[in-house]
Amino acid sequence: MSRALELDRVSREFASPDGRVYRALEEISLSVPSGAFVAIVGPSGCGKSTLLNIAAGLLPPSSGAVRVAGEPLAGLNRQATYMFQQDALLPWKTVRDNVALGLVLGGAPRGEAQAKADAWIARVGLAGFASHYPAQLSGGMRKRVAMAQNWILDRGIVLMDEPFSALDVHTRQRMESELLALWEARQADVAREAPRKTVVFVTHDLEEAIALADDVVILSAGPAARVVAQHHVALERPRDLLELRTQPAFVDLYRGVWAVLREEVIKSQRGAA
Amino acid sequence: MTSRPSDDRAVAAPAAAGRGAVLAWQIAVGVVVLAAWQTLVSLKILDAFFVSRPSDILQRVARWVVSGTLWGHLAVTLEESLLGLLVGAALGISLGFVLGRSAFLAQVLDPYIKMLNAVPRVVLAPLFLLWFGLGIWSKVALAVTLVFFVMFFNTFQGVRDADRVLIDNVRMLGATERQLVRHVLVPSALTWIFSSLQTSLGFAMVGAVVGEYLGATRGLGYVISQAEGTFDTTGVFAGMTVLGIVVVIVSAAVTRLERWLLRWKPE
Repeated sequence: MSRALELDRVSREFASPDGRVYRALEEISLSVPSGAFVAIVGPSGCGKSTLLNIAAGLLPPSSGAVRVAGEPLAGLNRQATYMFQQDALLPWKTVRDNVALGLVLGGAPRGEAQAKADAWIARVGLAGFASHYPAQLSGGMRKRVAMAQNWILDRGIVLMDEPFSALDVHTRQRMESELLALWEARQADVAREAPRKTVVFVTHDLEEAIALADDVVILSAGPAARVVAQHHVALERPRDLLELRTQPAFVDLYRGVWAVLREEVIKSQRGAA
Repeated sequence: MTSRPSDDRAVAAPAAAGRGAVLAWQIAVGVVVLAAWQTLVSLKILDAFFVSRPSDILQRVARWVVSGTLWGHLAVTLEESLLGLLVGAALGISLGFVLGRSAFLAQVLDPYIKMLNAVPRVVLAPLFLLWFGLGIWSKVALAVTLVFFVMFFNTFQGVRDADRVLIDNVRMLGATERQLVRHVLVPSALTWIFSSLQTSLGFAMVGAVVGEYLGATRGLGYVISQAEGTFDTTGVFAGMTVLGIVVVIVSAAVTRLERWLLRWKPE
């Protein structure tokens, strides 16, 4: 199976204000197959966002290599979209213009871009809100717009940095279900030769990671975070997220992975104290 | 999911009632002050030669309006203010953008900009008279020196303060450097610029009137300075009254414009 994204012994250092070098990531190697849903989990402050920024090409690694579909990455990763943890919608653009933005930037005619945007707005359940501004929407609705803004682009890789962490539990579960529905809908398109997107999903929530992903990668506590373990999630798809969390297979898996992650969380707490 | 408009209505009702009360009190304050002034002069506690009296001032303004002498002067002052605003904004916004994008240039020019901004504008007026003559352009130049710095500092701040996440997001969505400027940096700076429109417009009018006051043949500043030359306090106050009314009207218009331009902002 081809590799959508590969990190080969990627390290990243930052200069701290007092002139010392802070090593955030230590020789991280990661290989994400095309069409896979991979979750990256680690204690807070372990450099998960740094890792994603490197995969996006927003930040160069200090050493090591990033390859996208086998090619070394230079500059921004043009095959990926990035959904940020914070609100990243342009507040001065309406929902329609925000969703259409990527297409417009790519040179699509305005009318065509807006028609496509309207279809995506309906798809994420926001029909009737196309002319609203982001400030007029709830947090969950803004996340839907951000999802549409990313998924409207025909790119193979979707990077997501704790996209739902700011939402309340129920909204969050709904958004997770909708994300899976979107992703699995691509799966159904295989017959029409539209390959499934590759998703790299960063979170600090192990439950969310297992519920969504095919593979869960555990990072160690920072500084100098490394990959501690990688677990395959052999749960059937499509998954019903409302039922999944109480199923024995899920609970067993959770216990097994948590035993590993727990050590790192304790270490990070000791480091912070 | 509730849409916002229904929430707005709930808030708007008490606010509207409040607005009526505010207007009533605004009128009351004006009436009380004018009545007190009029009374004190009538009782000879204040001398009308030094402070005139409201009834005389209103009569004078009315006479200007009826005879039509007011409109020519007012038009000149407004023309100078508007030109000063446009030229000052164009220069200030351009330089704000250039320095906002180049930290190096900003550091190099920083002391010079601070120095120039510290120059009291009144001392420039005679120089501008010398350079640009008695016509409107010496007043426009004075207005420009005031507007320029307000616009410059706001644009600079707006470009510098553009949200990092917005920039990253738009770059990931495929923006070129030019598209980044157009879709993120300009709107971000415009927020600051529009918010300073009120101040800029006030400064433009101050520049125009001060310029006229110090040497002109037309304009409200000229009218006031002529009246002062003959100890005609009624004329001075009448000129100030017209100026005040114009500022209130213009600033109400600017407020509406601002609200429309920044309609995407949460209240």
